[in-house]
Amino acid sequence: MKIKGRVWVLKDKNGNLINDIDTDMIFHNRYLAITDINEMGQYALDNLEGWEDFSKKAKEGDIIITGENFGSGSSRQQAVDCFKALGIALIVAKSFGAIYKRNAINSALPIIEAKDIEEIEAESGDEIEVDVDTGLIVNLKNGKKTYAKPFSNVQKEILEAGGLFEFAKKLDV
Amino acid sequence: MGKTVIEKIFEKHTKDEVKVGNIIWLDIDTRTARDFGGPNVVKRLYQYYGEDVQVDDPKKTFFTFDTVAPAKTIPYANNQHFCRQFAKKRGIKVYDVDSGIGSHVAIEKGLCWPGSTFVGTDSHLNILGSVGAFGQGMGDADIAFAFKTGKTWFEVPPTIKIVFEGEPYRFPVTAKDLTLFTLRKLGSKGALGRAIEFYGKVIDNMNLYERITLSSMVTEMGGIIGFITPNREIIEHFRKVKNDPSIEPVVADKDAEYEQVITIDISDLKPQIACPPKPDNVKDVEEVEGTPVDSVFIGSCTNGRYEDIELAARIFKHFKVKEGVMVKVVPSTREVFGKLLRDGILDILYDAGVIVSNPGCGGCASGQIGMTGKGEVQISTSNRNFRGKQGDGDTYLASPVVAAVCAVAGEIVDPVKFLKQRGII
Repeated sequence: MKIKGRVWVLKDKNGNLINDIDTDMIFHNRYLAITDINEMGQYALDNLEGWEDFSKKAKEGDIIITGENFGSGSSRQQAVDCFKALGIALIVAKSFGAIYKRNAINSALPIIEAKDIEEIEAESGDEIEVDVDTGLIVNLKNGKKTYAKPFSNVQKEILEAGGLFEFAKKLDV
Repeated sequence: MGKTVIEKIFEKHTKDEVKVGNIIWLDIDTRTARDFGGPNVVKRLYQYYGEDVQVDDPKKTFFTFDTVAPAKTIPYANNQHFCRQFAKKRGIKVYDVDSGIGSHVAIEKGLCWPGSTFVGTDSHLNILGSVGAFGQGMGDADIAFAFKTGKTWFEVPPTIKIVFEGEPYRFPVTAKDLTLFTLRKLGSKGALGRAIEFYGKVIDNMNLYERITLSSMVTEMGGIIGFITPNREIIEHFRKVKNDPSIEPVVADKDAEYEQVITIDISDLKPQIACPPKPDNVKDVEEVEGTPVDSVFIGSCTNGRYEDIELAARIFKHFKVKEGVMVKVVPSTREVFGKLLRDGILDILYDAGVIVSNPGCGGCASGQIGMTGKGEVQISTSNRNFRGKQGDGDTYLASPVVAAVCAVAGEIVDPVKFLKQRGII
């Protein structure tokens, strides 16, 4: 499977990829009483310095590129669902927080780990193509390539099923 | 090849082959949800299985309301009551807003036990590594799935062995200083996706409350869980509360395979402090001395035990809170609160000018006991100081002793120097 889209590269004001973006920066705890996914998109990244207006800029099918340990912190599913609500097609991070990774896989939000993502020299607005089976990532603007860790089987199966519960229907668990 | 602690616990809870990197179906002994995440768990169950959905086993399923206790806004009140109604209809026990922090209640009441598996919507449930149990915080989809099936999928993580060398710390240095020092060495990604096992003379000497502090901040090291081999006292506690003399600790094999062995020398450990805005931004307290302090929070799943608050009371016994500083103490559970009350510790706190609240998560979760304002400097005994987590102010993370001396001095001070100058130690 290939995913193609326009990227948002989460960089700080010095132009460096931001590491350790935690769940309070993605979806702040003041919104935790919200349980309706349709209300979640508007708050995505609104506590991340320089990215407060992300939800207004992002369009369905966009891809996010970010640094190490993305989604560290709490277990809140809203930090995944807010991106689903916006129609984000894929999150590429150098690495993910362990709980975030599970939450994304279970919700069928495609995520992929590419530790050398800087190699494609992506800027916000570039278009990239990601082959989730081989891990190949190409920046269509400059032709530069890197490799991500391909999807695991469980991740692929849950994604294809459309989420953990759809997947579970096929299993004897 | 021998097995690590996590491999041994997993083997008792799966039919699949337990090998690092394998994804296995894990049987979960105890499935919980708190008031954050809990309503979403219920919603998902309704969504996928209909309003008449039953859980796999009501006796193994619990709600623990600890984040906004009691509910301070209508949406939170609605959410909690939504869960209560779901639970009542299905015979599921609710540890309600009077109970305290779910992970601590689980240890006190024996909802977990050494070698057991436990999941919930609290990202610090890996705290249960402190009693040799596998605890894991997960999102609401995972927890709804566990409520319904009693299972979860899990990738068997590699284990890092951390061995502490050097003589154990002594008052006023505490387990929190050891914990922050470990985080300083490892960083926020040092254990990313890994299990940890902690060893060394200092670990053997630690009591339960100290083990809880260390295990609780494995989350901030990026880790899955940090195991400490339970001592005799901890095993006896669970045997008694569970009325089960067969409970034994799960111990790693001598020839267990570790991905990495890290030795940390803790000789001459100094009081540590995590400066804003990240938990791993740790310095010696003496490096930031003199920073004015506006407020102090003592509590949380990291430092909300009876002994933690008693440590702070050792300072407040001698000195009052400096005028203009606001100090909030939140016991972790009702049991802790009761002991503080009966032992006269609350009298000491009251006389010193401290605010004491009912048990719960306190300052960490949407402000059960208030948040910080812009420019406010807070010393907190909790585990996260990310921007906005405990309010708009700047949060420093430290031990209950450091927090208490800062409350008294009105600025950041090293407790060793402070207490020596005043002849207390």
